[in-house]
Amino acid sequence: MIERKDVEYVALLARLELSEEEAERFTRQLGQVLEHAERIKSLDTSDVEPTSHAIPLKNVMRADEVRPGLSQEEALSGAPHSEGGYFVVPKII
Amino acid sequence: MDSFYDMKAWELLGLIAGGEVKAAEVLDSVLDRMERVEERVHSYITPTPEEARAAADAADRAAAGGGAGKAAGIPMAVKDVLCTRGVRTTCGSRMLEGYVPVYDATVVERLRGEGLVMVGKANMDEFAMGSSTENSAFGPTRNPWDLERVPGGSSGGSAAAVAAGEAIWALGSDTGGSIRQPASFCGLVGMKPTYGLVSRYGLVAFASSLDQVGPITRDVKDCALLLSLLAGHDPMDSTSLDAAVPDYLAAMEGDIRGIRVGVPRELMQEGLTDGVRKAVEGCLDLFARLGAEVEEATLPNLDYALSAYYIIAPAEASSNLARFDGVRYGLRVKGADDMIEMYGRTRAAGFGPEVKRRIMLGTYALSAGYYEAYYGQAQKVRTLIVRDFQDAFERFDILVSPTSPTPAFGLGERTEDLLAMYLSDVCTIPVNLAGIPAISIPCGLEDGLPLGLQIMGKVLGEATVLRAARAMEEALSFKARPGAEKGVGA
Repeated sequence: MIERKDVEYVALLARLELSEEEAERFTRQLGQVLEHAERIKSLDTSDVEPTSHAIPLKNVMRADEVRPGLSQEEALSGAPHSEGGYFVVPKII
Repeated sequence: MDSFYDMKAWELLGLIAGGEVKAAEVLDSVLDRMERVEERVHSYITPTPEEARAAADAADRAAAGGGAGKAAGIPMAVKDVLCTRGVRTTCGSRMLEGYVPVYDATVVERLRGEGLVMVGKANMDEFAMGSSTENSAFGPTRNPWDLERVPGGSSGGSAAAVAAGEAIWALGSDTGGSIRQPASFCGLVGMKPTYGLVSRYGLVAFASSLDQVGPITRDVKDCALLLSLLAGHDPMDSTSLDAAVPDYLAAMEGDIRGIRVGVPRELMQEGLTDGVRKAVEGCLDLFARLGAEVEEATLPNLDYALSAYYIIAPAEASSNLARFDGVRYGLRVKGADDMIEMYGRTRAAGFGPEVKRRIMLGTYALSAGYYEAYYGQAQKVRTLIVRDFQDAFERFDILVSPTSPTPAFGLGERTEDLLAMYLSDVCTIPVNLAGIPAISIPCGLEDGLPLGLQIMGKVLGEATVLRAARAMEEALSFKARPGAEKGVGA
């Protein structure tokens, strides 16, 4: 079953900082939900195709024409930090 | 003042069009009611009375010229998961507390074209994850029938607003029951349309293969009317179906003689309260008396639906919610030295416990080594459930069940027991997995609390579902209103 170290690894993948208390609680709670989910493993699905959408999707094509979109100002209007028309972020490397 | 706040949209539209009532008077009635009950119910995250006032005045001018829209003058609550240009859209989350969209969701834009009077953005479980509206970062909504109970969720604010007279009708969204279960808990009609019938453009995504927008109303006629304004192809949503939209108001009328009604035995098993069981059995008798053929049906793999859903929905959510990274919109925690730290701290501060749990669960189910066992297997189980419904609809025109196994539960009662919370959606979740339409209509009371009957139909079978719902609504003649002792009163 899921262990504390798994929870810490998944939190890293999900870019979520967890407190000690959260890591503890999530280990217990995720274990509980996964235990319930284990039931699906008992079904024989060897000849069953997976379904990603219940109503089959098809590719949607359209002509590649220039149309109005968001202005730069609008696109940046929700950004926590922008400058000179750019999104500003902390250093990456 | 007249109690316009307690009327149906179709009644008010007639009065406004006939010049007997002004949209401004209807709005006054609803805003006055909000002033009296909102403090106790907390249906809204962001009330928008000024915007509503301008829209009602515009509706009156249009009505005077004979050109009012099909929603003109009807005060509406819009779930705060739908983007509204210039009005903040929080999704019930600290992450989006200050987010003001620069565009309208397609459904909102369509309704604006029909004279929308939006009175507020309705409260909800954070990012639509929950069944009680207790997961909102802005505090819970209370059930207008009993203020110590939950209104259901995740569209609990939308349902509570309509039930309390703080809106005439509302928009909700439904990923696993989030329209139907609160409609059931609040004595209302709620419909999840066929996947793809209603545009998802501007609906903040939770689980993209399951999410649908739909109406929460006071009767089936209002539901048909509102659905007809929402449905239809949208080039901005690649999953939007390019299918003709029937006239739901016309299709809703007529008898249901000879209609084949299936009752999936898997949805009538353990876990139902006596009141729910009796109310649904009463509906089956009524269906038979109306000339329908009622028989037991079976959906053999249904016992696995909840488990499959709690892999698929969190998996899609973990991917969708990756966009909340503190860069383009929403919260950013200051003081981080680098990008990774900024992401981790922003998401830790912005998301509440249930959203974190589901992101973690979904990330785990999609991670290397577990993908096949969990996500891959859940998608195959989904195929089996889709097939079960297809087989059942070979024999039946509609399937019926309770909407939820119990009436509204108490505030705080299930917050510590995740599985108990998740089980309140056990009857509604399979419908989202199969992509089919379903409606909940009020079908009785237990201990003074409303109960819901769920009617499910074939893909794009909304017309049949609405006709059956309309016939049952007439036969049941459910007239109960929230009491003044435990609830807000009528």
